[in-house]
Amino acid sequence: MSALHADRRLSAWLLAPGFGWLLTFLVIPCLLVLVYSFVERGAYGGIDWLFTWENYQRAFDPLYLSILLKSAKIAGLATVFAVLIGYPAAYAIARAPRRRQAVFLFLVMLPFWSNYLIRTYAWIVLLNREGLINRLLQLCGYSGEPISLLYTEASVVLGLVYNYIPFVILAIFSSLSRINNELWDASKDLGASGWMTFRRIILPLSVPGIAAGAVFVFVLSIGNFITADLLGGKQVQMVGNLIYSQFLTARDWPFGAALSFFLIAIMLVLLFIQALVARRAEGGRP
Amino acid sequence: MRKLKDVLCVGLAVSLAIATQAASAKDMVISIWDGYMAPDALDKFKAASGVDVDKALHATNEEIMGKLMASGGEGYDVVFVSSPFAEVLHKQGLLADIDPVKVPNLKNLYPEATHLEYDPGNHFSVPYTWGTTGICYRTDKVSPAPQSWNDLLNPSDALKGKVTMLATDRWMLGAGFLAKGWSVNDSDPGQIAAVRDQLIATKKRILAFDDTTFYSKLASGESLMAHAWDGWCNYGTQANAAIKFVVPKEGSDLWVDTMVVLKSSKHQDEAFKFVNFMLAKENHVWVAENILYKIPNQAAMAGLSADLLKQYPNLTIAPGDLVKMEQLRDLGGTTQKAYTRAVTEIMAAQN
Repeated sequence: MSALHADRRLSAWLLAPGFGWLLTFLVIPCLLVLVYSFVERGAYGGIDWLFTWENYQRAFDPLYLSILLKSAKIAGLATVFAVLIGYPAAYAIARAPRRRQAVFLFLVMLPFWSNYLIRTYAWIVLLNREGLINRLLQLCGYSGEPISLLYTEASVVLGLVYNYIPFVILAIFSSLSRINNELWDASKDLGASGWMTFRRIILPLSVPGIAAGAVFVFVLSIGNFITADLLGGKQVQMVGNLIYSQFLTARDWPFGAALSFFLIAIMLVLLFIQALVARRAEGGRP
Repeated sequence: MRKLKDVLCVGLAVSLAIATQAASAKDMVISIWDGYMAPDALDKFKAASGVDVDKALHATNEEIMGKLMASGGEGYDVVFVSSPFAEVLHKQGLLADIDPVKVPNLKNLYPEATHLEYDPGNHFSVPYTWGTTGICYRTDKVSPAPQSWNDLLNPSDALKGKVTMLATDRWMLGAGFLAKGWSVNDSDPGQIAAVRDQLIATKKRILAFDDTTFYSKLASGESLMAHAWDGWCNYGTQANAAIKFVVPKEGSDLWVDTMVVLKSSKHQDEAFKFVNFMLAKENHVWVAENILYKIPNQAAMAGLSADLLKQYPNLTIAPGDLVKMEQLRDLGGTTQKAYTRAVTEIMAAQN
């Protein structure tokens, strides 16, 4: 038996658990969703095994399309803000001395130590009409009506940016830290200003990181429903809430499945584009 | 490859063994909302009957319905659900007939609670708690006091942005139906559309739709008036005595949470024993004293202290008055679909 052959066998064994996990808990459930989306709903939840296109036709109803577009808008805004805020932070961490980098990265990860729900509730405490921010305003002499910060689209975007920004920082940091420091010196030697070096060299080289972070935030945001529920006061409805209500209140699993598959398809397309961007960047590297 | 198959099979067998062991270590399984029974009830039941009960939790009716529908009722012996859902389970043939001989404590129930429209004679369900829906408000900040569902749906300028409404479809739309003098089980498409339009207008004048924290919003002053279940309003009263509950003049709904026994249960005798245990005066009274819900148990309600009743006046709504309210019924597929669509349209409407 050649060494290469033994190696292959070993990696097959090592891959098996992860692969089996993905197959059982990701691929098979997704296929189930796909199958469910083509059958009719049972009278009390569940399904009747009769083939139909109706669920997809319904998904194109203007009502549901408008919810999908609104979700895309909210997720898009969250992505833009997360990148705008996350990039400088990632840049600062990448340029910091090595020893401090570990501390900064640790601080970025720190919020993950507490539960998503609790972190989101904390925003309710901060933003509500009797909350910390309104109290502070009153202390500073503001005497008008308390400002309504909560239960708006803006508060949902804020919650999403807050919760997902670590992913952006980590993704951009990892692509920035892979850039060879000598490029800075070379660029300087050739007479480029700091800004020009950043714009012409560093920024293009960090595009894969931006793309990865942005896709992460967008995909996680567009499917999110807890944030819209809590910070939107159920006044803001995203496609995740719609799917939730189809499965749980309307007892319409097939329609919920069709909507889910719609969402899965969007995510797949985005991940595909991101992979293309990453590959092009890789290929473009000397 | 054979080896791999062997390993996989052994792995599967071991995990199944662990999983089933966890499930079968107990004699029977119930599913209930968190905090809906005394923390020591199951220990007491074990001491009294020798039956070891595993308690599963569900957060919503829909959640447990999903589980029961997926498994055909397998895996659970006794389940706590609201009456329309008990009705569905019955229509699906998943429920065992309640054997009155094995549940002698049914005699503790108010006569009114044994003739409920969805299950007269308690053939497949036993009422556990009941109550109504209305307006919970700050008596110190809201004047004049709300009297009508329209006070909630069309908040005055003083209350604009300081009102919350229930988010669950039946109650959200129910408030609209009741305001117009229609049934809470209305299935007329034109009337559903009219209520939808009203609620889209309402949405612009309220703070939020809220099922779970409306009483703390009232207590903190973030809101001043809330569409609320009577029992939950009591939590507000507990935090701030100025918070009171009122049933609007147009009337309201009667909601009932029930205990049901699954037909597929392999422990039906124990299940009936458990239901009987929960109906015992000294066990059932815990619910009224601690969760502040009305219970349909005459013997237990008679034992409540005068102080408690004075502090939470809605506990004294008489069973005769409660059953005058309209009961929420299962709507069936088409109307349920229309309700969900109406709620989706309300939620999707631009503010």
